[in-house]
Amino acid sequence: METTDQDTRDDYYLELSSDPIRFESVSCQTNVFFDDSKQQVFAVRSGGITGVLVKGPNQNLSFRMEDKGPVISIKFSPNMNILAVQHNNSSVEFINYSSITGLDNIEYSQSCKGKNATILGFVWTHGNEILFVTDYGVELFQVNSEKHNVRLLKCLSLGVNWFVFCPQSYLVLLSSGTIGNQMQTLHITPGNLHKLTKFEVEVGAAKPGKLAVYERDIALTVLYGTPCIILLRHQPGTNRSTGAASVHVYTVHKMTTIKRSHVLKLDVSGKFAINVVDNLIIVHHQTTKTSMIFDIMLPGVSDGTVMHHTSVAPVKSIKPYSLKVPGTTLSNEMYQPCQLYIELKLESLVKLITDKVLLVEFLMQRTNTKYILIHILQNFMMQLPISLMDMPIIFNKLNSVYRNYLENKIQNQMGTPLQSNTKSPNTVIENYKYKLVLDQSDVYSYILSKFPENTIEPKMIVWVLLEYIRSLTEHSIPVEHYLHELVITTLVQRKAYYQLHQLLQYHVVADSKPLACLLLSLENLYPAAHQLALDMLKRLGNAHEEIIEVLLSKGYILPALRYIRSVGMVDQISDRKFLEAAKATEDATLFYSVFKFFKQRNLYLYNATSFTKGERYQPYIQHYKYLFEGTDNTCNSDTNSNVTTISS
Amino acid sequence: MTSKTEVTLEHFYIFNGTYAKKEGEAKKDLDVQIKNIGLSEAIIKFAQSFNPGQPCDYCHTHKTRQIYYQPEPNFWMVMIVGVPYIWKEKDGNKYTEYQYDEVSSSVCQALLKQAYVMFRLFMGSFDTIINEPECGSITLLKHKLEHFYSRYLMSLKLNNSDILDVFQGLQFLPLDKITFLRVQCFMNLVEAMFSQVKYTAFLYNDQVVWSGLEPEDMQVVYNYLVSTLLPAHLEKELHEGSMPRNSPSPFTTTHYGKFVTGPSSINEPSLIGKSPKVFINYSTKPVSLYLVVYRALSATICLFVDINILKDIKLECLFYSLDSFLGPQLTTLVNSVAEQCTKHVTVSSESCKYLYFNKLNLAYKSTIHPDNRRCSNVLTTPEVLRVITDIYNDTNKLKEAGEIIIKTMSDYWVVGKLSNLREFFVVIQQKSASIMEIEEDVKKLCEKELKSIFFH
Repeated sequence: METTDQDTRDDYYLELSSDPIRFESVSCQTNVFFDDSKQQVFAVRSGGITGVLVKGPNQNLSFRMEDKGPVISIKFSPNMNILAVQHNNSSVEFINYSSITGLDNIEYSQSCKGKNATILGFVWTHGNEILFVTDYGVELFQVNSEKHNVRLLKCLSLGVNWFVFCPQSYLVLLSSGTIGNQMQTLHITPGNLHKLTKFEVEVGAAKPGKLAVYERDIALTVLYGTPCIILLRHQPGTNRSTGAASVHVYTVHKMTTIKRSHVLKLDVSGKFAINVVDNLIIVHHQTTKTSMIFDIMLPGVSDGTVMHHTSVAPVKSIKPYSLKVPGTTLSNEMYQPCQLYIELKLESLVKLITDKVLLVEFLMQRTNTKYILIHILQNFMMQLPISLMDMPIIFNKLNSVYRNYLENKIQNQMGTPLQSNTKSPNTVIENYKYKLVLDQSDVYSYILSKFPENTIEPKMIVWVLLEYIRSLTEHSIPVEHYLHELVITTLVQRKAYYQLHQLLQYHVVADSKPLACLLLSLENLYPAAHQLALDMLKRLGNAHEEIIEVLLSKGYILPALRYIRSVGMVDQISDRKFLEAAKATEDATLFYSVFKFFKQRNLYLYNATSFTKGERYQPYIQHYKYLFEGTDNTCNSDTNSNVTTISS
Repeated sequence: MTSKTEVTLEHFYIFNGTYAKKEGEAKKDLDVQIKNIGLSEAIIKFAQSFNPGQPCDYCHTHKTRQIYYQPEPNFWMVMIVGVPYIWKEKDGNKYTEYQYDEVSSSVCQALLKQAYVMFRLFMGSFDTIINEPECGSITLLKHKLEHFYSRYLMSLKLNNSDILDVFQGLQFLPLDKITFLRVQCFMNLVEAMFSQVKYTAFLYNDQVVWSGLEPEDMQVVYNYLVSTLLPAHLEKELHEGSMPRNSPSPFTTTHYGKFVTGPSSINEPSLIGKSPKVFINYSTKPVSLYLVVYRALSATICLFVDINILKDIKLECLFYSLDSFLGPQLTTLVNSVAEQCTKHVTVSSESCKYLYFNKLNLAYKSTIHPDNRRCSNVLTTPEVLRVITDIYNDTNKLKEAGEIIIKTMSDYWVVGKLSNLREFFVVIQQKSASIMEIEEDVKKLCEKELKSIFFH
């Protein structure tokens, strides 16, 4: 069996997996069974000895077993140690299996407990436990492979028309009642059965002797971590060919209650098949050979209790395919893809969703879409300025997920659950697990710092940056310094200094030493940057050294001393730094003030006016004497006197 | 014989020494005009010979104060104000005593400069009028000057002017980061959605939240809005009665948005002609744009609209879409600003009044002036205000930092501090206080009001 591409145009958003499970074709001697739980295909060839070929996603095995007549159903236990085979309506046989030795050929069997009951089917549940569903109820058994015996654990009596089992959630849905519209759901836990609330499917006038709801109309699945029951409803009371069908989604809350929560509008009627791919419900319409995609997490229209959804993207066909099966060719003419894997082609799908906000939300809920989403956002930036309109909503969507991710991260580090966890319904928090996190380093490195040169006005870059910072701030996410730096440098580039000033004035840019230094370096371009830098350093509260350096570099010696006094640091600072700076100004009065200031300090600290470590202070003491005591530089006078001695 | 207690405007003229004929504004006969101008020109020329390159600012005479300002090459603006006087009697002889102290030259100079920049904002610079491609001429300039100043000088409040006119500052609204970002992003969005809008500004209750204009332009526009346009608009609204809502039915979403300049009602569109044309950006590339002012509740939005881009769009359409875009969004935005404002209300202490000015961003804050309308309800005496002006002139000469303390005869202490290019004036009225106590009070006030800036 092969798939071949007929069409390489890429406006199809669904395609069959390039890696299907291949197995021997069905013939009069070969029967094929599919086990949904383990995703295994059994090809059973009968005639004398039964040859069984098992293919699963990761395994490929074959073995032989005794021919005991036609097989009704065949399934391996979860850990592949027991093979269950059903040959008749009232019992199931078990054979132990080992991957090394194969089947041990010691068969033991279990018949259903209900007298005259017919086994509708069986499923392996937890460990070696197996659930029989009969028309009289359900029976849970434990199979002991070593002792080759089977023990009844639980049973429940209920008239059952048909059942559907979900291997992900261990839920089994039983249809009961004369017209099959009473739905009883059971949750199978190890060794036990739990009843969930019953619900009834409203039906119009059902034809006598016929069920109103059939197994093929029901699918059990797990969407975004919540078990769901998907029910296909044909418009009740109307003709199938005219009335539009819809899909009802029932969600299971805390494994106890079931509520109808979503309705998907199909707008067509006829035969349908349902797939679930990446938490999306895909409904295939056989008549038109098209598929619709629904995402229950996207916003819909609420009628108070139920959300109504429409297809995410325009209705499209699966990418045409042709399957070559010996004897017959299975192509998309048949349009029965449910036995094959379906893959989503997001690259094509994104082109079909025109609403940008919806598209972003849709992509955030898919797996492995980070780079597609980044690409979409990059394109979005190219549509400035008009796209600025949608940016607040898009950034808020990204950041609300980001915020939740950060909260969970902190919660995990703390090891204790936050109070809020118990308050808010679990499902809300759970939902975030299924959303893509695009943090600020992603947004910075892939989008905000990557504007192609000369394509967007710098002014618009600032708009986007501020919008993003606004959104982060609204979600109480601390903004990283590289975003602030980018804002500053972009504003400086377009010489929008007054705008920068206002941002700093309102503390949009968080204070930090590196940013204060950046501002200091801008002083030549924008004189007020110096004032802003000093303010920032002051607010930091621990930047006394830096402030003193900045003041001294400007020659503001007295203000620096005044500052030192106001923060009570007079005792710690280095006096030589000040004396040197004062000397350099060549302002005698200023030097006098500084010199006297430190003499005072010496008196206070050491009870002496003289400077300790005298030699280091010689230049200043001499300078002072030179200026105010009329004595010349002593060094010079010494040399002079030497000279005189020699000459005399 | 009566005294004259107020400062009066005696003459106001603009001349260009290179033109043979001079033009004037004062309603005197031509002879007096020519005489006065001749005298002014002579004084200016005379002063120039002493200090070339540094033009003469003012001339004090016995009865008048003459202020000279050269706004553009060869153009001089001269304002002559009469000094107030009182009649006194000494030894049976009556004589007039002129109150020179009551006239502050720097305030008068500021008013003269204001008169020029206001003209330039609405009419364009003298040079652009003369060189206007279609009908530019000296005659046009004369007409425009006549037209503008005949009304402007009527509204000149010589006696209610003080240090604030020297500052020409803006009051900024104290606001938290997130609300400011919301305002900022909204204004960006307006610019993004309407490409005709070149610059924006956002005010709340006469206080600036955001200005996209350069400070020197914002200064003039702010002055116009706060002292002329908005008071007139509020007056009009008071006369019209209750708050008009732009909603036909009480069930649809309401908004309170309204154009202050532009069509008075969206449903009866009048032309943009009602919006004044303003000339801005002199320091870089001068442009003329329409000033569209929109108001919702206490917020005022200024949009500077480029008419050249408008050609293919009907004006009514622009106003209509502006209204439907701004109205609803602004109403919610203003609510969040208002909510924040109530949190930021600071109760100023009774005994200490202060005045703060930062020349770098033009921000000022005053507890001496209860509002920024030019009215006489100042919470101190004119004497104190003059002292502040004098201190300002002195601190201006200081380089980096300094402090001046003055005690008046009426027990007012006026402290002026300069640090990090900011001015801070404190006024304390306290009998028998020592300078130490005053120093301590000022220190406390600085710690309270200026804690987030470097001010030592």
